[in-house]
Amino acid sequence: MKHIKTLNTKNLKDTMKKGGCGECQTSCQSACKTSCTVGNQSCENK
Amino acid sequence: MVHQYKNNGFNIVLDVNSGMVHVVDDLAYDIIALYENESKEEIVDKMWDKYSKENNFADLKKDYPELSEETLKEEISNIYDEVTKMKTDGNLFTEDIYENYIGSFKKRETVVKALCLHIAHDCNLACRYCFAEEGEYHGRRALMSYEVGKQALDFLISNSGNRKNLEVDFFGGEPLMNFQVVKDLVAYGRSQEEIHNKKFRFTLTTNGVLLNDDIMEFANKEMSNVVLSIDGRREVNDNMRPFRNGKGSYDLIIPKFKKFADSRNQTNYYVRGTFTHNNLDFAEDVKHLAELGFEQISVEPVVAQDGEPYAITVEDLPILMEEYDKLAKYIIGRRKAGHWFNFFHFMIDLSGGPCVAKRLSGCGSGTEYLAVTPWGDLYPCHQFVGEEEYLMGNVFDGVKATGIREEFKSCNVYSKDKCKNCFAKFYCSGGCSANAFKFHGNINDTYDIGCELQRKRVECAIMIKAAEAEME
Repeated sequence: MKHIKTLNTKNLKDTMKKGGCGECQTSCQSACKTSCTVGNQSCENK
Repeated sequence: MVHQYKNNGFNIVLDVNSGMVHVVDDLAYDIIALYENESKEEIVDKMWDKYSKENNFADLKKDYPELSEETLKEEISNIYDEVTKMKTDGNLFTEDIYENYIGSFKKRETVVKALCLHIAHDCNLACRYCFAEEGEYHGRRALMSYEVGKQALDFLISNSGNRKNLEVDFFGGEPLMNFQVVKDLVAYGRSQEEIHNKKFRFTLTTNGVLLNDDIMEFANKEMSNVVLSIDGRREVNDNMRPFRNGKGSYDLIIPKFKKFADSRNQTNYYVRGTFTHNNLDFAEDVKHLAELGFEQISVEPVVAQDGEPYAITVEDLPILMEEYDKLAKYIIGRRKAGHWFNFFHFMIDLSGGPCVAKRLSGCGSGTEYLAVTPWGDLYPCHQFVGEEEYLMGNVFDGVKATGIREEFKSCNVYSKDKCKNCFAKFYCSGGCSANAFKFHGNINDTYDIGCELQRKRVECAIMIKAAEAEME
């Protein structure tokens, strides 16, 4: 019986290894300009 | 930290520190809620008491026909063990191990990678909510000269270290009021790419009034993204986005925006609206834009001080929460019917997305991202322009007020008390510094109404992912 379904394929902790390269888009350059939408950006270093 | 909530028939468990999202049934939901505070025996007994009751057991049987009263206890025990395994595997009840990591990450030597060029402090609309005060930012009308813009690009190149991708947004006021300079700066930027091993990503934010075929053609060749300002339904848009003579802008811009979006193959653009106290039913505006055929939509809450008639108030929040729920259901319905569109504030990537360093270190304002006024002054971001205490320097002499840069550099999720126990901190990165400053005079605070709405959007975005997983 399946009671729990996990949606992710990626755990944030794993991104500590090679994260922080800084090549990704600055969030306010995407669409917002009035809120912080860091979580909406995509990684450039997959 | 674990955040559990129910939305649209889904039981969702977000393990905050790992970002893992689990969709669970009622029984697992209850077990997870008790897991950290009670023993296995206590939880099994409690769950048995609850779920062996006639109605609850009948509900369980609907999903698990093979379940019997004899096997229920064993099943509860199995779920408990599964939760324990998830914890052991680092997918549930994970600890926050990032504070020191982010602390040292923030201390690194930062480079400038993005500029918001205020190409025109002037506007041909007189939007009532404009934080730039009809384009003028508490100051005088002005257009950026080519010389200032060129110096800004040189400043960016020379302060960008090894960063290859450089971002430049042509912003205003209305940048198309100074379009020749935009074109000339793009040409200058392109001429410098090979010399310095850089790649410019130009973007443009426009109200569309001056948009024409030539500008569209140029933008489609040179702009990696365009942001097209429109609030939604005609009456909503025209109420807040009139010309200076009071006439509405909707009828002029809609055909141009539709053509522009199609000419970009419905990608790499946003129609971007602002909702206010005057249109709390903003989901209708999103629907309107979706039904016009736009596939990239962002409609966002106005940020305005109490006292402005259009400001969002605490009393508006329950209505807005419901509206986000309605919008999320509408999006699911559209996707089920094969009519996909993207709502920017519900974007969440559970298979990728930004690294934890990006998520926790803030938006980059004041360090990696700066705004440039028409005369070349530097501010931490476009929203600080005109706040003289935040004047950082200029593009000719560079950043002089290094204390401001340090203030922004040390600002992150862990420097904000209100963020410590917030489940949404990995999605907003501590929120917008300019909003915090405007409401509390301190960038290490947060804009509380914005936080409430952000949390709701994260919940809805995850719920949509759960619904999509069910569709597969």
